Amino acid sequence: MNALMLDRIHFAFTITYHYLFPQLTMGLAFLIVILKLIAIRTNDARYDQAARFWAKIFAVNFLLGVVTGIPMEFQFGTNWSEFSRRTGGVIGQPLAMEGVFSFFLESTFLGLFLYGEKRLSRWQHFGAATMVWLGSWISGFFIIVTNAWMQHPVAYNLMPDGTYQIASFWKLLLNPWAGLMYAHNMCATVVTASFVMAAVGAFYLLEKRSLEYGRIFLKVGVTAGIISCVMQIFPTGDLHGKYMARMQPAAVAGMEALYHTQRNAPMVLMGQPNEETQTIDNPLVVNNVLSFLIYGTTSAEVKGLDQFPRDEWPPMLALLYYSYHIMAGLGTWFVLLMGVAAFLLWRGKLYSARWMLWPILLSFPLPYIATTAGWMTAEIGRQPWLVYGLMRTSQGYSTHVTAGNSLFTLLGFLGMYSVLSVLWIVIVYRAIEIGPDATHLPSETLTA
Amino acid sequence: MGFLWFWIVAVMIAMYVVFDGFDLGVGILYPFLARTEADRQTLIHAIGPVWDGNEVWLLAGGGTLFFAFPLAYASSFSGFYLPLMIVLWLLILRGLSIELRMHLESTTWRSLFDGLFFLSSALLAIFFGAALANVIRGVPLGPDNYFFLPLWTNWRVGAQPGILDWYTVIGGVVALVALAMHGALYLVLKAPGELELRARKFARTIWIVLLLVTIVSLISTIAVRHAALNNYLAHPILFLIPVLVIASLAGVQVFGGKPLAAFLSSCAYLVFMLVGAATGLYPTILASSTNAAHDITIAKAISGPHTLHVGLVWWSIGMVLALIYFCTTYRMFRGKVTDDASYGH
Repeated sequence: MNALMLDRIHFAFTITYHYLFPQLTMGLAFLIVILKLIAIRTNDARYDQAARFWAKIFAVNFLLGVVTGIPMEFQFGTNWSEFSRRTGGVIGQPLAMEGVFSFFLESTFLGLFLYGEKRLSRWQHFGAATMVWLGSWISGFFIIVTNAWMQHPVAYNLMPDGTYQIASFWKLLLNPWAGLMYAHNMCATVVTASFVMAAVGAFYLLEKRSLEYGRIFLKVGVTAGIISCVMQIFPTGDLHGKYMARMQPAAVAGMEALYHTQRNAPMVLMGQPNEETQTIDNPLVVNNVLSFLIYGTTSAEVKGLDQFPRDEWPPMLALLYYSYHIMAGLGTWFVLLMGVAAFLLWRGKLYSARWMLWPILLSFPLPYIATTAGWMTAEIGRQPWLVYGLMRTSQGYSTHVTAGNSLFTLLGFLGMYSVLSVLWIVIVYRAIEIGPDATHLPSETLTA
Repeated sequence: MGFLWFWIVAVMIAMYVVFDGFDLGVGILYPFLARTEADRQTLIHAIGPVWDGNEVWLLAGGGTLFFAFPLAYASSFSGFYLPLMIVLWLLILRGLSIELRMHLESTTWRSLFDGLFFLSSALLAIFFGAALANVIRGVPLGPDNYFFLPLWTNWRVGAQPGILDWYTVIGGVVALVALAMHGALYLVLKAPGELELRARKFARTIWIVLLLVTIVSLISTIAVRHAALNNYLAHPILFLIPVLVIASLAGVQVFGGKPLAAFLSSCAYLVFMLVGAATGLYPTILASSTNAAHDITIAKAISGPHTLHVGLVWWSIGMVLALIYFCTTYRMFRGKVTDDASYGH
């Protein structure tokens, strides 16, 4: 394997692993704020205790998000130095702003939130939780702005030395791609957190312990779950998809494995792209749907890959196609699952419906898979470009770092993250085992 | 603009060293000062609410370097590839060991995390000191502004050095000793009773070592890189900086009875050491060990004027906010940590 490919795998692996944690903590921060709010409004101490239980799980995931996140900021320079040199004048800005505006905020208020409950009033502690939530969502915003510029570069000037500098700060931050992607992505974090919360609730009810908390988790998880799952498809996913079809038609053609331009384009539900015959094997299709989804009318013409020069096709077409279909397929399942659960919750039958508690429990990994697949769709779809239309991926890597060195550190990260995974499972499972009845935060034993 | 951003980045690095420095120092002292489980928990408590925020200075500083001097960021991060990756792994292990020890009650696993906490803290201090020494010594930059350094070659300071040579090892030792003292002085402020006494005694002993290695490092710096003196000789008033280094070091000893003053003297020592190094470098960001024409200077690496103007606005706002957060946290958790054996779960 050459250095370029190893650098790509290096980034892909470390970012995929990293994002397993923030996608939970960003959503969970929001749900914790809701728990704290209910606690204050209803003066129900159980909701405070529920928030403490989730704060504990939040803390572990936040920590793993922090320690796996630092390598991301370093890797722009270490493995993608040409990219950094040429685009630092643009994307360096949102990345530095993330540190200055989000990480300071987050780390400060997380300290207050986890260690300061005894020293703060109820409203102050609620305020600390809210700031942690805001901090984490601001952080997400700056990362999305960075990625959006790579997907859809705006507000830049090309300098004579080949570097890019920003032309307008506000146009960079208000990149339409960033707004759409941010809405879709933050909604997805609430999906992940809702599924995890509901699954833990279902686990307690199936285990027949911590029943009160199990019900609270199910109620909040399923309510937030159905709202976020619907919003994930409409409007956020729908709008993002339509915008993408206009700005990155080659990527959308690749996502659907649409080799040939056509009117009344069908949506492929299932089937395997055959790159030799440029068709779909074993297709299960619904006619007209793709044209309708993108242009709002069934007869619209959708551009196929044949409209683009071969060297601008996303190179890993089949993986792109599967990523997109896994994301969309799981998204559909989420609406179904949460729809039925919400209906049962409304009818007051959810807590005793064991046949429903089981799928809720078992579905908790699926939003992680869907979110990862969604990001793979965005990132593989952007290929062969590093910055869409401006800079190819092959132009951005560190040519002075040899393949041997990249592989050395890639293997190091693989080993390190294997250990992290084991620790994560053990500690989160233990926290769930201990349960909300017996959870203590550091603040309760820290009296100084 | 170049002058301003050079010093902004330098100040952010100095903030990182002063703040994260004391919690790294606590890690270095950890096995020597803490004798019982209660001691260990007190030490962890002393940095628990703040270490994560302290580390943010590193990220914010790195991000600022990235957008203000993209070439310097790209060249140094890819050239120092191996040590940076090792630093990342150490940061991961350290973060885990601080936080996860409280999630596991088993004494076996706790002692594993204790060992990791010490090792990662000590190695990070050494790596950071060696990194700074690498920047001062210079690296074999080519005409394309890039380089790649192996971890070590023949341990000599030459045109093709390694990350580690005798000079950078001295840098690592200075950082290790300085941060150990810095951490001890912080603990004098935060730790109660017996622990405070032990920290006080430790600080007194290591002070002498620090004085010696500081003098050695100043002399060897001049020997390794004469150019570091250029700015000083052009403006002799700058020789006040090394004088201030020694003065703040003396302050640590003089204010031995006043913990806050002693700790602040230690902060001043770290800041003046870094200011002295940055003064020696200016206007170079990364010096070439082979050909001065290949030096990465401010003029070569600086971002466009609009980028920097915009950056100055949000950076100033962000720093005011960050300082407010820091004041809030340190006020909130001011005073001694009371020892309590039932921390977390």
